[in-house]
Amino acid sequence: MSGTAATVARASKPVPSGAYLVPVAVLLLAFPLVAPAYQTILLAYGLAFAIAAVALNLLLGYTGLLSFGHAAFFGTGAYAAGFMVKYFGVVSMEAFLAAGALSGIVVAALFGFVCVRYTRIFFSILALALSQVLWSLAFKLFWVTGGTDGLRVPTPVLLGGVFGSPDDKVTFLSHQYYYYTLGVFAICIGLLWLIVHSPFGKALQAIRDNEVRAEFVGIRVRRYRWIAFVLSGMFATIAGTLWGPLNGLATPEALYWPFSGEIVFMAVLGGFRTFSGPIVGAIVFNYLKAYAVGRTEYWQLLLGVVLVILVMAMPEGIIGTLGRFGRRLRREG
Amino acid sequence: MSTLFVQVLNTAVYTAVLFLIAGGLSLVYGVMRVVNLAHGNLYMLGAFVMAWAVGGAAAGVVPPLLLLLIPVAGAVVALVGALIEPTLLRPLYNRAEEYQLLLTFGLLLILEDAIKFVFGPTPLSASTLWSAFGPISVLGSIYPAYNLVVIAVGFGSAGLLWAFVYRTKFGVMLRATSQNRKMAVSLGINVRAVYVLAFSIGCLMAGVAGAVIVPVQGAVLGMGIDALVLAFVVVVIGGLGSLEGALAGAAIVAVVRTLAITFFPELELAVLYLIAAAVLVTRPAGIFSRSST
Repeated sequence: MSGTAATVARASKPVPSGAYLVPVAVLLLAFPLVAPAYQTILLAYGLAFAIAAVALNLLLGYTGLLSFGHAAFFGTGAYAAGFMVKYFGVVSMEAFLAAGALSGIVVAALFGFVCVRYTRIFFSILALALSQVLWSLAFKLFWVTGGTDGLRVPTPVLLGGVFGSPDDKVTFLSHQYYYYTLGVFAICIGLLWLIVHSPFGKALQAIRDNEVRAEFVGIRVRRYRWIAFVLSGMFATIAGTLWGPLNGLATPEALYWPFSGEIVFMAVLGGFRTFSGPIVGAIVFNYLKAYAVGRTEYWQLLLGVVLVILVMAMPEGIIGTLGRFGRRLRREG
Repeated sequence: MSTLFVQVLNTAVYTAVLFLIAGGLSLVYGVMRVVNLAHGNLYMLGAFVMAWAVGGAAAGVVPPLLLLLIPVAGAVVALVGALIEPTLLRPLYNRAEEYQLLLTFGLLLILEDAIKFVFGPTPLSASTLWSAFGPISVLGSIYPAYNLVVIAVGFGSAGLLWAFVYRTKFGVMLRATSQNRKMAVSLGINVRAVYVLAFSIGCLMAGVAGAVIVPVQGAVLGMGIDALVLAFVVVVIGGLGSLEGALAGAAIVAVVRTLAITFFPELELAVLYLIAAAVLVTRPAGIFSRSST
């Protein structure tokens, strides 16, 4: 591990001040008032993906485990909403989120129990294999899950209907549902920030940097990794539940392993060595993909080239690279 | 009785193809410690090249000669591999594994669309070759003769590969590099050349797998992504980096799949992934590993 010393140095970097938060919050709050509905809905997708990417980064950036199976949790969240509608006739968003978080904890506890026995490449493949179990079940048990047709996730009732009943789906998604997503996003990111900066989060970073030393200071490495896995899975599931009504459908695609790759892509695009990197990465990735899909038939080629260039030339991602430029400017100026 | 025999033959066909795909993946991991997520798409490339070539040549050439296109398609994929390794993989050997996985994931996306661009979005078929061989009567049951070709190519390649790795001087260099790269360098082995060749052989096997199976099932976009995960299951069961393990893993997966399709078709894939997970939990280096680390 040649990068360990550098990682330690980076981990001890002071927490960025909250100065960015105010303009970003104003921008996010004002966005639906100025931007067209399409852009707002696109941003809502981005916010949902951002929760999943930060959740993944709790494992990748802070615990040093690369999961190639996080689509399992994201998809579970979407299916939880679909099941609530189909089998319980419930259309309350809070019920969706509760069902999502609960099923996320259960699935992640099971998968994590198996996965955290390994690190590095075996962890990645194990997470991938287990996520494919869920995918194949969603794909094959069509009388339960609707097969490739998926399950319908209709427009939900928010907070027991205080915003009134939705009249037009586009208006609903670009206003009420956008703000709802923004609220859940703020809560989730806040919680994840607290987790990362808690003693527990510091312990995870210690495990990432040096497993043996962490064990010697008395950290129960496997237990901590398992808890991190469950937390990461739960937040990724919540992201999937938020995505469900936006997409209108829970399909096996959301559980399929290439989507896991996309979540990793988001985290790396933004920079997985930073807390805010995956948020920026997810939103940028979502725009990039939407425009690529809209403009060309060969959007995968475009995304693939971006990923290759990123890995070769900009491994620190957008935020990491900006941060390095910022530090250099400060040194020189 | 005859159904059983046909099922055994089907299992052998499936074993042959799975071995070719997974063997290449395993060889690449064994030598350069890179898990190539784009490997399935190299298999798909082989299938498309073969289907395209058969489509162009079928009218004027007798079917047995068309079989010569299989190594040609494999060679095309090997050439692509020989271009990929020095340009994209070589700069990453000293970086963390995450970047290698990500790079090959990017390559997967690129290859998917490059194939769509070159061969078009519609599936290609090479079934003329399959039907040209006609049926054959084996122990009283009718069986497509071409499937026997698949079995022969699969197991023939396994034999050739074994001879190459264990009976040639280059095989010695390959195994030496795989065991200890620094020592191999200091002994004067050209590790760069070994890497290019090993990666190309891995791609060759994937390409041959695609080429040999395409007359049976056609070439469709997305087939590589499905194949890759099955190849993962095979190498996980057999042990990443082990060729014998890949063969045994392919046989196990083929048998389980045949049984699952017969008795509980809905759980076919889930059972395979669960077996892989179970093997990783109990013996992470594979069932056939000598050490348990």
